[in-house]
Amino acid sequence: MAEFSRRDFLKGSLVAGTALGAGLSFPGVPRAQETVKIGVLHSLSGTMAISEVSLRDVVLMAVEEINAKGGVLGKKISPVVVDPASNWDLFAEKAKQLLLQDRVAVVFGCWTSVSRKSVLPVFENNNGLLFYPVQYEGEECSKNVFYTGATPNQQLIPGAEYLMSKEGGGYKKFYLLGTDYVFPRTANKILRAFLLAKGVPADSIAEEYTPFNHQDYQTIVGKIKRFSSGGGACVLSTINGDSNVPFYKEFANQGLRSENAPIMAYSVAEDELRGMDTSALVGHLAAWNYFQSVESENNRKFVQAFKAFAKKSNLPGGDKRVTDDPMEAAYFGVYIWKQAVEKAKSFDVDAVRKAVYGQTFAAPSGTIKMHEYNHHTFRPVLIGEILKDGQFRIVSRTKGLVEPEPWSKYTSPDKGCDWVKHQGTYQKKA
Amino acid sequence: MVAWLAAGAAGHAALPPASPEIAGALTDLTGEDADKREAAVTVLGKTRDPRWLQFLHALREGSVYARTRAGKTEVVVGGAKATRGDQDVIDIASAYDRGPLGTVPLAELKEVPADRRLRLVIKPYLDADETRTQLADPDPAVRRGAAVKLGNQAEAGAAPVVEAALEREADRWVRHALREALALIRLANGNPAQRADAARTLGELHSESARPALERLVADTGASPAAREAAGQAIRRIDRWGLLTRTVETLFQGASLASILLLMALGLAVVFGLMGVINMAHGELMALGAYATFVVQNWFRAAWPERVDLYFVVALPVAFLVAAAVGLVLERGVIRLLYGRPLETLLLTWGASLIIQQGLRLWFGAANVDVSAPRWLSGGVPVMVGLTLPYNRVFIIGLATVSVGAMYWLLFRTSAGLRIRAVTQNRAMSSCLGVRAGLVDATTFAFGAGLAGLAGCALTQIGNVGPSLGQNYIVDSFMVVVTGGVGKLAGTILAAAGLGGLTKGIEPALGAVFGKVAILVAVILFLQRRPAGLFATRGRNAEA
Repeated sequence: MAEFSRRDFLKGSLVAGTALGAGLSFPGVPRAQETVKIGVLHSLSGTMAISEVSLRDVVLMAVEEINAKGGVLGKKISPVVVDPASNWDLFAEKAKQLLLQDRVAVVFGCWTSVSRKSVLPVFENNNGLLFYPVQYEGEECSKNVFYTGATPNQQLIPGAEYLMSKEGGGYKKFYLLGTDYVFPRTANKILRAFLLAKGVPADSIAEEYTPFNHQDYQTIVGKIKRFSSGGGACVLSTINGDSNVPFYKEFANQGLRSENAPIMAYSVAEDELRGMDTSALVGHLAAWNYFQSVESENNRKFVQAFKAFAKKSNLPGGDKRVTDDPMEAAYFGVYIWKQAVEKAKSFDVDAVRKAVYGQTFAAPSGTIKMHEYNHHTFRPVLIGEILKDGQFRIVSRTKGLVEPEPWSKYTSPDKGCDWVKHQGTYQKKA
Repeated sequence: MVAWLAAGAAGHAALPPASPEIAGALTDLTGEDADKREAAVTVLGKTRDPRWLQFLHALREGSVYARTRAGKTEVVVGGAKATRGDQDVIDIASAYDRGPLGTVPLAELKEVPADRRLRLVIKPYLDADETRTQLADPDPAVRRGAAVKLGNQAEAGAAPVVEAALEREADRWVRHALREALALIRLANGNPAQRADAARTLGELHSESARPALERLVADTGASPAAREAAGQAIRRIDRWGLLTRTVETLFQGASLASILLLMALGLAVVFGLMGVINMAHGELMALGAYATFVVQNWFRAAWPERVDLYFVVALPVAFLVAAAVGLVLERGVIRLLYGRPLETLLLTWGASLIIQQGLRLWFGAANVDVSAPRWLSGGVPVMVGLTLPYNRVFIIGLATVSVGAMYWLLFRTSAGLRIRAVTQNRAMSSCLGVRAGLVDATTFAFGAGLAGLAGCALTQIGNVGPSLGQNYIVDSFMVVVTGGVGKLAGTILAAAGLGGLTKGIEPALGAVFGKVAILVAVILFLQRRPAGLFATRGRNAEA
């Protein structure tokens, strides 16, 4: 195996012909059937494996679907799956390997913001193309990345707005709780600016962070209990994956209930709920752009196809597997790329990039659209209530699609992102 | 033909007490216009007819459906769902009198959705009815919840209901909540004398949730001076009580964290402290215990679904035995070949930890698994006003105490313990005196591993169960053992108590992130002063 990749590398550097390289690296594939390589850059081991393995699965499913229908531009897609093992430096290394050694046409990958920041220079220096499928804190506008997840205004703010509305319960006090890293910090900065702009007094906003893998929420839940004692208080939570179970358990055990103080979660989706005892979470809320419970023909097909795929491929969990927001974003990202390649009639990164602008796709959550110039995605916003079976009951959804704003108008009103009229991030004129 | 007949009959049965208004409301309800749907709910709610209230309840639960039969839209209430062949079917009943309408495929029905807005409109109509039922509920927690809700709403009309409930109520905490609710209602709606009186009562009740209302009263220049004075006094009283509850709360939290740390470190204290093996796989042995709990839970779910709450009692010994067995294999298989070579054992056990971890990931999947809390470990016991002690934490404090007690008994009151201590102190001499050192090593290691499994089992009630569970706990375990002093159980116990108490003591002021930093700095400084930990063992272990 090592010999192959070595030879491949030597050939690649000598001949520098991508088509030839692709043909040589898979001796088992008949020459007649041309393939195009794509990279899948998700952690399959380490702490992030819990979330990222599902993204790899769903990308492979999309590839299989496309190949079954004849591939892209007559070529079968051949995915190169690498494991960056939840190690941020390894992400950059593997990205470099995918771009320079495997010469993939596009990469689907990353989950955490730090992993994305780590591969960003690799993609920018080598003019690669990355589809990033997770909701994130914004404040980024890279020429070489397409962001199919939500920007802050497509998730954070609608969630808070909902709780403030009469429909959502008219809450007046907000406890911002997060894990201590870049997404929650930036998210809470934006949320705080938003709440202040909406006239919430500063002493009705509390902010608190916990380390990664924090298990002991006694003190914090005690604080929330006092914070909410007058009524009208809610929690906006950006707590990351693993810490959620101890948090919700403690919350319920100390006698707090969703009727008195609901938790709006921004990082809890169906796939995480799969490994949780949901009894303590029932009735709490989450804001996303997709839920498995979305009622549409496309979504029904998507959910069934994924369950069938998981069972057929003998993935752990089999047909008990669920779909969630980042998985949907990863899935339609592959199709957006395929459509753009077909429009551009080429795999060339610059041609494909221009062809992505304005692409639409009938995704499981409804028809979504790529922005015409800012590399992000128009998506609907949904609020769901957690049910006992780990699914969500959708309690609110926006009428149409919400325009992505990589630079939040509450924290960076003077900045914009445009790759058509400007060179990425630019200063707006007053 | 038959279907058509059935539809006709169904249409007839579903007719509510004939009123065009209600029929119109039902039609609006199935439409898209949110305002019309809201109005429709109001029409139904205002009838105050218990059957329509039941219907609204079903609507809120999401079990109301619409179906179109012979060009007419009909509203039905769904019951039990089932799968027949490849079809999902559902029992349906008429909207008003719940006359059964047979079983139909789910695909023929369209759910009448109740978004949060609609549910909020429904809520007041159901609440009055619901609160009355809740106040008569056999479960005190439900009665108490209803009382708190009435207090927060503070509506004048609820006062007689609360008074009536108070007369019947026997449970101490529910009575307390009812009195609080009554006082809150009077504080909001009574005359000046009543308000002053209510403020005094709230002070006596130490009602934290009345604080905002009392503050408003103090600031309200239109209120009577007597009432404002009483409110001020009540606030001071509540604050003093708040200080007391916070102190007790912090003490309990410290004790709880200490017991968790102790439980995690106990197995390591045996293996590392007594045997000198730096066991990096300690965390993974905990993970094995946690997964054993998961497996036992699934057995119970499959075999005795009605006794599922008892699974945890069985899981505790099973987790101990599974981890002990793996520990035994580890010790007999490889570690015994490397005694006295700490660096090699460290690498070896680290390798073992990676193997176990990846094995769990391959077998159970990378995602966390769901271990649900048995009912007797969910919720908490209210011990004083404003303080609820979660059962799971009380249980872990108990388990840690029992484990420590059992370990002391084993080490100092049994002959097996005597042999363990003998081998620890001088292996060569005890071998000469006829102690089978190898057997003692194996049992000690298995015992330590078993304790790790036990800790893993207990921790399923607090945190996650996933393949990387061990890594989350290993650092804390080592921190406790090293701070306590290697080889001394008393040191481990004291270190756990100290670190737990210190963490919870400084966390309210510093926050979780800086709290953790401060603790690590404190431990480093402490170990600089006393490298051997709290209790240094006096010279021995020549060969280690």
